[in-house]
Amino acid sequence: MRIDGKGRIDRTRPVTFRFDGRSYAGYRGDTLASALIANDVRVVGRSFKYHRPRGILTAGPEEPNALVEVVGPANQTPNTRATVQELFEGLVARSQNRWPSLGFDLLEVNDLAAPFLSAGFYYKTFMWPRRFWEGLYEPLIRRAAGLGRLSGKHDEGLYEKAWAHCDLLVIGAGPAGLMAALVAARAGADVILCDESAEPGGRLLADEGMIDGAPAAEWVARVLAELADLPNVRLMRRTTVTGVYDDSTFGALERVGLHRSPRPNLPRECFWRIVAKRSVLAAGALERGIAFQDNDRPGVMMASALATYLNRYGVVPGKRVALFANNDSVRATARSLMAAGVEVAAILDSRPDAPDEPGIVVHKGAVVQRARGRMGLREISFTKDGRAQRLEVECLGLSGGWNPSVHLTCHLNGRPRWSEDLAAFVPMEGAVPGMLVAGAAGGSFSTHGCLASGAEAARASLEALGRAAGAVELPRAEDAPYVIAPLWAVAGKGRAWLDFANDVTVKDVALAAQEGFRSVEHMKRYTTQGMAPDQGKSSNVAALAVLADATGRGIAETGTTTFRPPYTPVSIAAMGAGGRGAGFAPQRFLTSDQASRDRGAPMVEAGLWYRPSYFPKPGETTWREACDREVRMVRESVGVTDVSTLGKIDIQGPDAARFLDLVYTNTFSTLPVGKVRYGLMLREDGHVLDDGTCARLGDQHWLMTTTTAAAGLVMRHLDFVSQAFCAGWQVRFASVTEGWAQFAIAGPKARALVASALGHAPDLPFMGCAPVTVQGVAGRLFRISFSGEEGYELAVPTRYGEALFRDLTARAETMGGGLYGMEALNVLRIEKGFITHAEIHGRITAFDIGMEKMVSAKKDCIGKAAAARPGMTGPARAQLVGLKPLTDSVITAGAHLFAQGVDLVREQSAGYVTSVGYSPTLHSHLALAFLDNGRARHGETVRLVDRLRGVDVLCTVTDPVFHDPKGEKLRA
Amino acid sequence: MPDLIAKPALGVAPVTHAGTTLAEIPLPQIIAIAPYPGQAAAVGAALGLAFPAPNTVSESGGARLVWAGRDMAFLIGAEASAATLPEGLAAMVSDQSDAWVMLTLVGPRAVDVLARLVPLDLRAAQRGQAFRSALGHMPLVLIAEGEGGFTLLTFRSMARTAWHEIEEAMAKVEARLALSA
Repeated sequence: MRIDGKGRIDRTRPVTFRFDGRSYAGYRGDTLASALIANDVRVVGRSFKYHRPRGILTAGPEEPNALVEVVGPANQTPNTRATVQELFEGLVARSQNRWPSLGFDLLEVNDLAAPFLSAGFYYKTFMWPRRFWEGLYEPLIRRAAGLGRLSGKHDEGLYEKAWAHCDLLVIGAGPAGLMAALVAARAGADVILCDESAEPGGRLLADEGMIDGAPAAEWVARVLAELADLPNVRLMRRTTVTGVYDDSTFGALERVGLHRSPRPNLPRECFWRIVAKRSVLAAGALERGIAFQDNDRPGVMMASALATYLNRYGVVPGKRVALFANNDSVRATARSLMAAGVEVAAILDSRPDAPDEPGIVVHKGAVVQRARGRMGLREISFTKDGRAQRLEVECLGLSGGWNPSVHLTCHLNGRPRWSEDLAAFVPMEGAVPGMLVAGAAGGSFSTHGCLASGAEAARASLEALGRAAGAVELPRAEDAPYVIAPLWAVAGKGRAWLDFANDVTVKDVALAAQEGFRSVEHMKRYTTQGMAPDQGKSSNVAALAVLADATGRGIAETGTTTFRPPYTPVSIAAMGAGGRGAGFAPQRFLTSDQASRDRGAPMVEAGLWYRPSYFPKPGETTWREACDREVRMVRESVGVTDVSTLGKIDIQGPDAARFLDLVYTNTFSTLPVGKVRYGLMLREDGHVLDDGTCARLGDQHWLMTTTTAAAGLVMRHLDFVSQAFCAGWQVRFASVTEGWAQFAIAGPKARALVASALGHAPDLPFMGCAPVTVQGVAGRLFRISFSGEEGYELAVPTRYGEALFRDLTARAETMGGGLYGMEALNVLRIEKGFITHAEIHGRITAFDIGMEKMVSAKKDCIGKAAAARPGMTGPARAQLVGLKPLTDSVITAGAHLFAQGVDLVREQSAGYVTSVGYSPTLHSHLALAFLDNGRARHGETVRLVDRLRGVDVLCTVTDPVFHDPKGEKLRA
Repeated sequence: MPDLIAKPALGVAPVTHAGTTLAEIPLPQIIAIAPYPGQAAAVGAALGLAFPAPNTVSESGGARLVWAGRDMAFLIGAEASAATLPEGLAAMVSDQSDAWVMLTLVGPRAVDVLARLVPLDLRAAQRGQAFRSALGHMPLVLIAEGEGGFTLLTFRSMARTAWHEIEEAMAKVEARLALSA
């Protein structure tokens, strides 16, 4: 029901929205929750386990009941807190966890079965038969218990991530945060002030307090106006600081577009990473309830929420209200309600010595025993002096006291301290480096206490920042002491709720204790208390108080569970903003990319690069046909392929040769200028890191080539070796991978093609290199081969890459050759027994691939000592071999090898297949594999078994070099 | 004249959002210069430019020496070409012109746009400063040009991703501004 003249909503801007298919009216400035209350909607959801009808319990981010699905054109967002979701024109929301409807939910039968569904029921009830768990019980439980639904589609919404930096981060813009920000801002500090609400002010807007003799809201407006005028202050509205991380970095979630209908390019949310030199936590406190029978009936609400709805939104959830409290904080709410024309039936104060309240009936020493009204509160019964009484009310405001929002102080492992005076946990001092706690979050509950502690936190922060605070004049405000007599649960029959979100009752907690789950962490897991999306914000202190009582310990001794980030739920979409689909990683494109795509080549990703898989010709129906043709083309004519993705490292200096001798297993210092050598590189632990060629371009100038996949890895390794072992050496290097477009030209006609492109015959021996001029461009020519044919690699600066690629392609085609892709490249190298990272996968030694002779005996190198350890060589190791199936059968990489006649069990595996391909040259499938003592087993027959793909083939073990074993073709 | 056609990394027209413009500087001239240990001052003297301290740029005429990481600077400018460098520099000299895409982001919202992608506080960045950092998941050399202008270098092969991510960030910043307008 809406109250005239109350609230901060904009009554000139009506808004229509839909909830569960019905259209309602509200105002700009409403939350979904306040608008539903205005429309007298009492039941907004069903509880998690028992499907009990539930109403709105709070007015803030801690809401456990009013979780809804918000349905947009491209999104369906479950578990949205109606108390946080702002109203906008066209908002569509649906209730959750009910079927078929909110009013009639068949699974409410669970509530009748409650005696069988106590804490840990699924550990006891669904144990037998064991195999039924996954197939039957778990799906049943998941269906019955639940929250909102996902759409099952990709979230196409826009999200954003951003960084911010400041001197001082103030978390929360209530009285303490506003005061802290004001003092720090006036002193010139660079301040970020975050507030989770659309309108900063905190409880100053929710309660009708006074500051300097005027309504507190006026002071809030003055402070905000001053802050807005200061260039050194950033006020971040709708931004919840959700986590504290190392180095004073904070995670914060901003609702950028969730409070309005979608607009082009406007992010829904932004996940901020805020780096702050200092911080002030002024997150306030959350009110907690009191457990009694059926205290979860719609219409039972936090007393502070009643005040918020009345004063901020001008709504009340009932015409006749009672308040039940163990402290004084409900008195102001009662006065506000009466002034607004709402009937306050009584204040039930559990304290026998509670003060009187003029004009209101106060039942001292009274406790509520039960709430009645399944779909909405009708009546409460209470006892006073042992006498039971009844009261007809539509709404009951609860206050069991206040819990300071200590959460962020615990994110770096700080443990809060129990304060007997406040009957609450307060932050441990120094829990987060550079963070001070002010206001209610630190246990200062009066307005004066908030303002004073906010100013003091700012002053201390400024001092740490090397700035002086100006004179601070504190505004005048109430400074009433906080008087509370703890009351967690009213003794009595029936179920009394602690955790509304996960349906955990006082009995459940007592049962956990009785069954031995006495530690607070065990109780939490056994009962699931505090494990719902609200993380037990309004329930966990009460739950552990009940546990303390049940186990005969004090609360301080019982302790609390650990608060971890995030403070409130954060969309994965926001944390991963921009990372969906192709946004996951940068895409690297070759200069030949468009030319390859123009020819219909499917592209495959390798090391973030997109490389052509094969180049289909008209009439070819499978990739194999294209691949076979391209292989034959290279073997018989000439093929061109883009190899720019290989890592290239420019290495220079008087000590460059010495440096290469250290990083490669073989010797490079003896290589003449104009020559290329194949090299092998080990990790410090003696396993193979990478292989590739290295060319000597000048006396002190080298060009190292790495594999595509290991380009970054090798660069990092060289940096490490250079910094750790060769710091004083005259050697420097830089990656030039991106700077050169390089094309392999291979086949019997390769020389002719190079001659045609250069305008003269290349006069290069095998493994030679030389500077060349390619159609007016200074380039480099290498005579190296990864195919086993006579091969060249021609490199030009990247800007000329596309032009040269098109030129070489055209020339090759006129000669009967053409382009070849990754598939053919792979077959060509398998035929030659050349390795890739499929073979040197990290557990392989030089010995394993038959290259132990490449580890020079005359010098030391990185990894040499480690490679000589026992077990790194010898017949027990799996060694590189070739495999040829006895029949014309497909074989697969990843298959395991077994001796004939043994059981196909793990222990009998004698090796595994790393690469396979069909060789049109040898008319056979071929594989490279590692086989125990393989080099001594050439000619043996082994069984190749791939159980995942159903392959079981007998193969002959061969030398890994299938084609031209003497290398006559490439030296031709 | 070469017969082969030189192509810039992107070859795209500038885009403007919220008064801030993203543009490609096509075919830049960049030479990496890495003095051997103890030679930085001598190399700087030979070049007629102070070898830059970390996070700085030294400038003379049309040429700039931009700090580009540990013991390395990029000589950038119209005259930067390996052929015109003095002989016998005690440094690695590596032509990087084709290894990087060079972008400029200029305008009142450049800092806000970069705050979406770069984990640095650039609000007080001034001409004469340079940074090695990350642009999203891409390597970045960032040169502050003063008055809200920045020059960005990232791997040439990643140019399309870089352009896309910066433009997307620009559009989001613009959409936010439209809210407060």
